[in-house]
Amino acid sequence: MYSLTLPWEALGISAVWLVLMAFMVALPCSQVGSFLILRRMSLVGDAISHSVLPGIVIAFLFTGDLSSPWLIIGAGIAGLLVTIFIEMIHVGTRVKSDAATGIAFTALFALGVLLMQLYGGSKVDLDPDCVLYGQLDHILEYEAVSIAGLDVPRPLVTMTAVAFFTLTTMFVFYRVLVLSTFDAGLAASYGYKPVMVHYGMMFVLSIVVVAAFQSVGAILVIALLILPGAFAYMCTHKLPVMLSLAAGHALLSAVLGLYIYAWFDCNLAGAVVLAGAALLVLAWLFGPVDGQLWKWKRSLGEVEKPDDLIL
Amino acid sequence: MMHLLNMEIFQLAQIFQLATTLASGLAELMPSSGTGKAILASILLGASCGMLGCFVVVRRMALMGDAVSHAVLPGVVAGLVWSVDRNPFVIFTLASISGILGAGVVQMLMKTTRLKSDAALGIVLAVFFAAGVVWQSKEKSATAGVLHFLYGNASSIDQNDLLMMLVTSVLIAVVVWLLLRPLLVVSFDAAYAMSLGYPVKFLNALFYTLLSFSVVVALQAVGVILVSAMLITPAATAYLLTDRFKPMLLWSMTFGILSGLAGCWVSMSYNKMSTGSVIALAATAFFALFYFVAPRHGILVKYIRVAKRKSRTHRENLLKEIYSILERKEFARESVSLKSLSERRRQTLEATQKDALILQKYALADYSEENRSLQLSEKGWRRAMEIVRNHRLWELYLTRQADYAEDHVHDDAEKIEHVLGAEIVEMLERDLDFPEVDPHGKPIPRPQSEVVFVEPKKRASQLVNPNKN
Repeated sequence: MYSLTLPWEALGISAVWLVLMAFMVALPCSQVGSFLILRRMSLVGDAISHSVLPGIVIAFLFTGDLSSPWLIIGAGIAGLLVTIFIEMIHVGTRVKSDAATGIAFTALFALGVLLMQLYGGSKVDLDPDCVLYGQLDHILEYEAVSIAGLDVPRPLVTMTAVAFFTLTTMFVFYRVLVLSTFDAGLAASYGYKPVMVHYGMMFVLSIVVVAAFQSVGAILVIALLILPGAFAYMCTHKLPVMLSLAAGHALLSAVLGLYIYAWFDCNLAGAVVLAGAALLVLAWLFGPVDGQLWKWKRSLGEVEKPDDLIL
Repeated sequence: MMHLLNMEIFQLAQIFQLATTLASGLAELMPSSGTGKAILASILLGASCGMLGCFVVVRRMALMGDAVSHAVLPGVVAGLVWSVDRNPFVIFTLASISGILGAGVVQMLMKTTRLKSDAALGIVLAVFFAAGVVWQSKEKSATAGVLHFLYGNASSIDQNDLLMMLVTSVLIAVVVWLLLRPLLVVSFDAAYAMSLGYPVKFLNALFYTLLSFSVVVALQAVGVILVSAMLITPAATAYLLTDRFKPMLLWSMTFGILSGLAGCWVSMSYNKMSTGSVIALAATAFFALFYFVAPRHGILVKYIRVAKRKSRTHRENLLKEIYSILERKEFARESVSLKSLSERRRQTLEATQKDALILQKYALADYSEENRSLQLSEKGWRRAMEIVRNHRLWELYLTRQADYAEDHVHDDAEKIEHVLGAEIVEMLERDLDFPEVDPHGKPIPRPQSEVVFVEPKKRASQLVNPNKN
C-alpha cells in the first residue's frame, strides 16, 4: 500500500502540480497528435520539435528571457519555416517527403545547436542537456503564481493556457479539420482550404511543441504526440472515441509517470513516456481493433469480426 | 543455474577481452594525430553513411536512420553502465543490438497494426530514447560521457573508434558490392524480390543491421540527431543528380566525405562548434546548391523548361489561330492581317505586333511592316498544320473512342495538341482509320504528305485535301 501513496506523501502538493503539468503537456499533444497519425504525418511532429530550436535560440538571444512570449513566436515561425522547406523540397524535386523532412529538420536543428554553442555559452538556462531530456520536475523551482489561494508554479499556468488555446482552436475548426484529414478533395469542394488547414495545424503544432519543449525536451515530445493517438488508434475506428481515448491515455500516463518517478527517482519526462509506452503495449495486446489477442482469436474463428469497424 | 550464467558471462567477458587486445593491436596502426584521425573518420563515415543513405532514400524510409539512431541510446547507456572500463567494443555491440531491436519493432508495428511507417518510426524513436533517458538519469555518474553521443564530438574519437569505423565501412562496402542487385530489388519492390526467390526477410534484416552499425559508429562524431543528416542529405543530393543507382552511390559517398571533411576542419579551427552541426550544415549546403542547379532535377532547369514550354505553346497557339483565319477564308489568301489576328486573340494591336515579331524571330512567319500582315513560312505552315491536326485528331479520338460529348472535347485537345508526338499521332490515325474530318466537320490537315512548297494557294488546298487535285 505504501508504494501507492508514496508520491503523494513524499512530494505533497508538488505531486499534484507535477501530474497536472505532465497532463497539460500531454493533453494538447495527444489531440494534435491523433490528427497527425491519421494524416500520416507523425514525423512532421519530429521535424518541428527539432527545428523550433533555432527559433527559440534566436528569440532568446534577443530577449535574454526564457519565459518571454517571443520564444513561442520564434518557435512558431521556425516550425512554419520547416514545413515550408519540406514542401519546397518535395514538391519542387523528386526527393520524397520523408527524405525532405530529414533534410529540413536536421539542417535547422544543426543551425540551432551551432547558435547555442556560439552565443548561448554564458547563458546557462538554455543548455544542450535540457534540449534533449527536458526537465519536467524543474517547474517546482520557478516562482509561483497565486491562484485562488494556491501557489501554482508559473510554467503550469502557461502550459494550461496553451492547452486551452489548442483545444479551443481544434474544437472550433473540428469539422474542417476532420474533413480535410480524411478527404482533402471533398473539403476543397466545400470551399475549405486544405492547404490553409495544413499550415494552420503546423502552426498550432509548433506552439504546442515549443511549450512542451522546455518541460519534456525535443525528442520526448514526439512520444507525447504519437503515443496517445497510436494507443487510441489501436482501440477504435471512431474519431470522437479516438480523441477521448487519447486524452485518457495522456492523463493515465501522467499519473503513472509520476509513480515511476517517485519509485525509481528518475527523469520525470522519460517516466511519463515509458508509462505511455506500457499502455501502448497493453493496447497492442488487448486493444479491440489492433489487439493481437483478438486477431489471434479471430484467426482461430472463435470470435466474430465486429461489424462496427467502419468509421 | 546462477553459476552457469555467471560462467557464461565470464566467458563472454573473456572473449571480449581477447578481441579487445587483438583489436587494440590493430588500432595501433590507425593514425594517432588529431588531424589524421579526423580526416580518416570523416572519409569512413561519409562513405558508409553515404552508401546506406542511398538505400533508405529510395526505400522512402529516410527517417529509419533517425529512429535507429535514437533507439541506440539504451544500448549506449547499458554499455557505459556495465562496462566499467568503457570498452568501446562492448558499447558498440550493445548499442547495435539496441538499434537493431528498434528497427525490428518498427517492422513489427507496421506488420501487426494499422499504424503506418511514420507513426511506427515515431513510437520507436521516442520510446527507446525515453528508456535511455530514464536509465541514464538513474546512473548519472557512470554515464557522464553520454552527451558526446548525443551531440557528437570528433575530437573524442580514439584509435579504437577508428578501427571500428574502418571495419564497419569495409563490411558495408563489401556487402553492398556483393549484394547490390538483391538489395536494390528489395528496396524498390519487395513483392517482385519475393517472386524472384530472394530471401527478403534476411536481406531486410541484413540491411537494418548494417544501418545500425553505421549509425552507432557515426554517433560519436555527429551525434544522435544529426546522424540522419549524414544518411539522408548526401543521398538526396545524389538523387537530384542522377537517375542510376551506381552513380548515385558514388555521388552520395562523395558528398558525405566532403561534408565530413568540412565539418572536421571547421570544428577543429573553431573549438566551440560541434562537428555534427557543421557536417549537417555542409551537407545541407550541397543539397541547397544542387536543389537549384542540378542539371535535370534542379529547380532552375525545371523553371527554364517550363518557361520554354510555355513560350513554345504560345507560338503554336499563334500559328493555329493564323491557320484557322486562313481556313475560314478557304485559303483564298496567303497572309493574315494583324487586325484580324488581334481580333481573334482578343488583344490589342501592340500585343499582336509583339507576337508577330516573335513568330518572325523563330522563322515561322514573315511580318511585313507596311501591310501590317503576317505570312507563314514553310516551317510555320507545317507546324500550324501539325497542331491543328493534333487538335482535331484528339477531338475525334475522344468522341469516337472515349465516348466524350462533342462539345466537351475542345479544352482537352487544347492542352494535348502541343505534346502529341509523331508516334502517337500515327497510332491515332491508324486507330481512327485515317479520318478526314473532325467531329465538328472540319477537315484534318495532312502535313506529312509530300507537298512541294510552290504556289501558296495551290499548296494550301493540296495540303488540306491532297486527293482533290
